[in-house]
Amino acid sequence: MIEIESLRINYENETALKSIDLSIEKNNSCAVIGPSGCGKTTLIYALAGLIKPDSGLVEISGEKLTEIREDTGVILQDYGLLPWKSVAENVALGLKIRNRKNNIIKQRTKEILKELKIYEYREKYPTELSGGQKQRVAIGRSLALKVDLLLLDEPSSSLDALSKEKLQDLILRIYKDRSLTFILVTHNIEEAVFLGQKIIIMNDGKIQHRLDNPYFGEVNLRNKMEFYKKCLEVRNLMDAGVSQ
Amino acid sequence: MKKNKYNELYGGIVVILFWYFLHLFIKTNIIPAPYKTIKNFFEIFLSTLSIHLLVSLGRLLIAIGFSLLLGTSLGIILGLNKNIDKFIKPIIYTIYPIPKVAFLPIFMVLFGLGNLSKIILIIFIIIFQIIVTVRGAVVSLSKELFYSVRSLGMNKFEILKHLVIPAILPDLFTSLKISVGTSTAVLFFAENYATSYGIGYFIMNSWVKVSYIDMFSGILALSLMGLSLFKFIDLLEKKFCSWVEKA
Repeated sequence: MIEIESLRINYENETALKSIDLSIEKNNSCAVIGPSGCGKTTLIYALAGLIKPDSGLVEISGEKLTEIREDTGVILQDYGLLPWKSVAENVALGLKIRNRKNNIIKQRTKEILKELKIYEYREKYPTELSGGQKQRVAIGRSLALKVDLLLLDEPSSSLDALSKEKLQDLILRIYKDRSLTFILVTHNIEEAVFLGQKIIIMNDGKIQHRLDNPYFGEVNLRNKMEFYKKCLEVRNLMDAGVSQ
Repeated sequence: MKKNKYNELYGGIVVILFWYFLHLFIKTNIIPAPYKTIKNFFEIFLSTLSIHLLVSLGRLLIAIGFSLLLGTSLGIILGLNKNIDKFIKPIIYTIYPIPKVAFLPIFMVLFGLGNLSKIILIIFIIIFQIIVTVRGAVVSLSKELFYSVRSLGMNKFEILKHLVIPAILPDLFTSLKISVGTSTAVLFFAENYATSYGIGYFIMNSWVKVSYIDMFSGILALSLMGLSLFKFIDLLEKKFCSWVEKA
């Protein structure tokens, strides 16, 4: 599904990504974890086609990524919702931009709002919602487009512990219900282990470790010791990376 | 809404009471009684006042409309394009605080004594405020918001329509309300010269003729015009920026 080869991205005076190679199969999930400034958000932007690489290649579904891809949904850290549009208008926005017919937009928006349990807030503005509700609207906006790749940039970073878990459960359910590939960037170890089939540890613009997570998607994972052992493994690798 | 209506009623009553108090206290013809003024206002409205008012309103609306169109466009261009902003912003910020009303004689020489010089003076005064406000509103939009809408596949026109223009509206309406006050004052000043029409001319001409009741009727008309424009912008703001109240 996704092939990244020797990807390098420079900002004005610094190199954000230094020769990244990564391969993610279709319908898999990948969690990218690392300290602030390690380049993980830049990686999401590059995969979304929002910033152009200085060198290297990004291929999605066999096609070289040169611009914004229609079947990629992006959910950014601050939700990216337009404050002047209601919840329903925000969810419908992508469909409107793609010139879908009005009745299809209405129908699809209603389905998504109900599925994500935000139908009752459809007339409200984003500023009237809690962080968790806003994040569901942002997810709904991507799902309405029936994307096959979902990119999430620290989706739960501004949520409290309970809302975090609810959101992670929701993302997992969406992944299981749909044939999606998703890449999640996070600095939360438990989130990475809960949502990543593959866990990538980044530091200083490079991939330091790649781990497979055999426990991904297991029922009641948070109640199992293996989950915490994996979290500890990730933590130790991250600590080792930082002290290097 | 109801509360607002009562607030306005309260404001109106206080102003008229204050006016009446001044009339009683100062005891000179220069401040006529509110009742007599309002009566005179209605008596001369159709025959005289309305013509002067329409001329003034026309000058004001043309100037505001032009400033809005040009100022908003330029503000958006500066806010979105760092390269252009780098060259234009220092010029705008240098001219912005200069008291431009002093340029009226120059405009009269350059653009004649008619409407054009008056309209250009108002534009010259209010356009910088609109440019500065709009530019500021665009610059304050987060990079992430642009990324978010671009990721939905929006082109430049759609980004303007769905992101930039709605984002500048609250600040633009505030700026417009300030501009209405400023431009009404400038218009009054500009209509003191080389014209026989306009509410500014009417007020000053009535003063010269020592017809204080006419002069005060003119002041009332000018105030009502400013207030109506202000309220009209308020209505537009409520319609297009209802999300701000809920923030």
